[in-house]
Amino acid sequence: MIRTTCIPLPVENVDTDQIIPARFLKATTRAGFGDNLFADWRYLPDGSPVPDFPLNDPRYAGAKALVAGRNFGCGSSREHAAWALADYGIKVVISSFFADIFRGNALNNGLLPLQVSEELLQRLFRQIEADPATEILVDLENQSLHIPALDESVTFDIDPYKKLCLLNGYDDIDYIRSRREAIEAWEKGLRI
Amino acid sequence: MQVADQPKTLFDKVWDAHVVERRPDFPDLLYIDRHFIHEVTSPQAFDELRRRGLRVFRPGQTIATADHNVPTIDQHLPIREPLSRKQVATLEANCAEFGIELYGLGHERQGIVHVIGPELGITQPGRTIVCGDSHTSTHGAFGAIAFGIGTSQVAQVLATQCLLQHKPRSMRIEVNGTLRKGVTAKDIILYIISKLTTSGGTQHFVEYAGSAIRSLSMEGRMTICNMSIEMGARGGMIAPDDTTFEYLYGRPFAPRGKAWDEAVARWRRLPTDEGAAYDAVHVFDAHDIEPMITYGTNPGMAIGISRPVPHPADATEARALEYMGIEPGKPLEGQPVDYVFIGSCTNSRIEDLRAVASLVQGRKKAPGVTVWVVPGSKQVEAQARAEGLDRIFEAAGFQLRQPGCSACLAMNEDKVPSGKYCISTSNRNFEGRQGPGARTLLASPLMAAAAAVTGKVTDVRKLLESAALATI
Repeated sequence: MIRTTCIPLPVENVDTDQIIPARFLKATTRAGFGDNLFADWRYLPDGSPVPDFPLNDPRYAGAKALVAGRNFGCGSSREHAAWALADYGIKVVISSFFADIFRGNALNNGLLPLQVSEELLQRLFRQIEADPATEILVDLENQSLHIPALDESVTFDIDPYKKLCLLNGYDDIDYIRSRREAIEAWEKGLRI
Repeated sequence: MQVADQPKTLFDKVWDAHVVERRPDFPDLLYIDRHFIHEVTSPQAFDELRRRGLRVFRPGQTIATADHNVPTIDQHLPIREPLSRKQVATLEANCAEFGIELYGLGHERQGIVHVIGPELGITQPGRTIVCGDSHTSTHGAFGAIAFGIGTSQVAQVLATQCLLQHKPRSMRIEVNGTLRKGVTAKDIILYIISKLTTSGGTQHFVEYAGSAIRSLSMEGRMTICNMSIEMGARGGMIAPDDTTFEYLYGRPFAPRGKAWDEAVARWRRLPTDEGAAYDAVHVFDAHDIEPMITYGTNPGMAIGISRPVPHPADATEARALEYMGIEPGKPLEGQPVDYVFIGSCTNSRIEDLRAVASLVQGRKKAPGVTVWVVPGSKQVEAQARAEGLDRIFEAAGFQLRQPGCSACLAMNEDKVPSGKYCISTSNRNFEGRQGPGARTLLASPLMAAAAAVTGKVTDVRKLLESAALATI
């Protein structure tokens, strides 16, 4: 169960080049990408913070949820986007639509892409604007999102296999390696 | 009891043949035939193997190159920028440690991963191909299932040669009829994305079909499939035919002799069966397509060159026009450009360079415009020189550089300065994609060449007319 305030980012089609610009992809480890999360929207060319960008707004400090416009995470397959969000401290991204590769990358890094209706997304944006202290409760096990201020509780979809992985800390490599016999049998069979 | 086979799509045939295991409520365990890696999205995957004490399961099926973060001048010298040098050195060390063939800097076959795969004949019909890069969809031009993956999945493929994947839905996009003069594969795909939007293909795998697609060369087909991801699709593919087989014949990794004949016989069974069903179908008329150009900050924000820039429909579009410094309500023709970038996995193949050369032959770039021509591979570069294209570019004042991803994503030093306009043959016009504050106009190589010559956005058909007149 996650209980948190939210950072609003009411922009559609946020691409992974915005989440983490390419010039920050030179690192050879996974650590530290959070400092450059949304770098070109968050910092001025001299490195000082852009005052009205939500990540720089003290009212949203400490939030573990990012609420963003539809088609979040489109573009490049860079997993660095998911690493940057997770490294910054984001646990859940709420949007009305996620790009496929980003959705998979997020799930592989313990970051929950939570899809809601466009109508609820817009209501949530308005609620956060009216009260930046608005809290949400995310219950992965029961696949429910509760927004007390809106008196709203909805369920969300998640791939059952990925839910199992997130709840138990499993990952794909362990599972696939356990299927080695089947893989080797396939390799010996007919290919097209 | 024998059940008659249902008609299947090309996509179904290739996918189903690679399912190692299928269980209810579970993603398919999908076998991956070939895996390409590069310096930017692989280092953390190798770290993952080391952390778990694993070797690469099938090292012969992974192929490496350095492309995303390499300089495009002086490639014979050590890379100046320390982080980039370290990233490329890390790839070299990982390939040596894990036994993976590397077409690295200095190799005569080095180049952009999606250019060298087909060039080497590694990309073949009916294969499953992945790479930690969203433009892996390029390889679908050969009738392969090819898609981009994240670094965690790169580690999975290295460790197991498999991925867990839900089978995407299928979409058929037909483009019928004859292309008009000056209209190329790039214009077709920009037109399709402008109609379906940047998320119109999400959760789908696309098959491109129709007479206009069939008439394209392999280079043109790669350009089409390359940009499938720009409408959110997992990938795009085109049924293999004689054009495909002619391209592949004799390439280093293509089958030879009897094996070639057997392969072609198998490949001829891949095209979609009569009556096979798709989850979505879109049909377009090639005659409706004119040379295209983007005006906003995603590839769906594209218009025919004669059309006015649309008025913004919402805050996101208004923000895009503000970033671009472009006014709605009038055509883009005449918009001055500062940079011209001809390159990227979308349009850096020999056919693209020939198209550019054919237009600029006997002409010069406009004063004040910087023109970068970045070939997709060492082979493309060598071919261009062999055909004398380098002399045409030099006479025109264009810079013919060395292979790499270059200004498409501006990881290296090839950056467009803030506020400057770049007409680019690449695939993404996102904010800051070609450098912080850079303003990108996506277009075909012909349209980019026309802008290079005039210094402003130009309907290439006007230059083609005058070129034709000049030869009379």
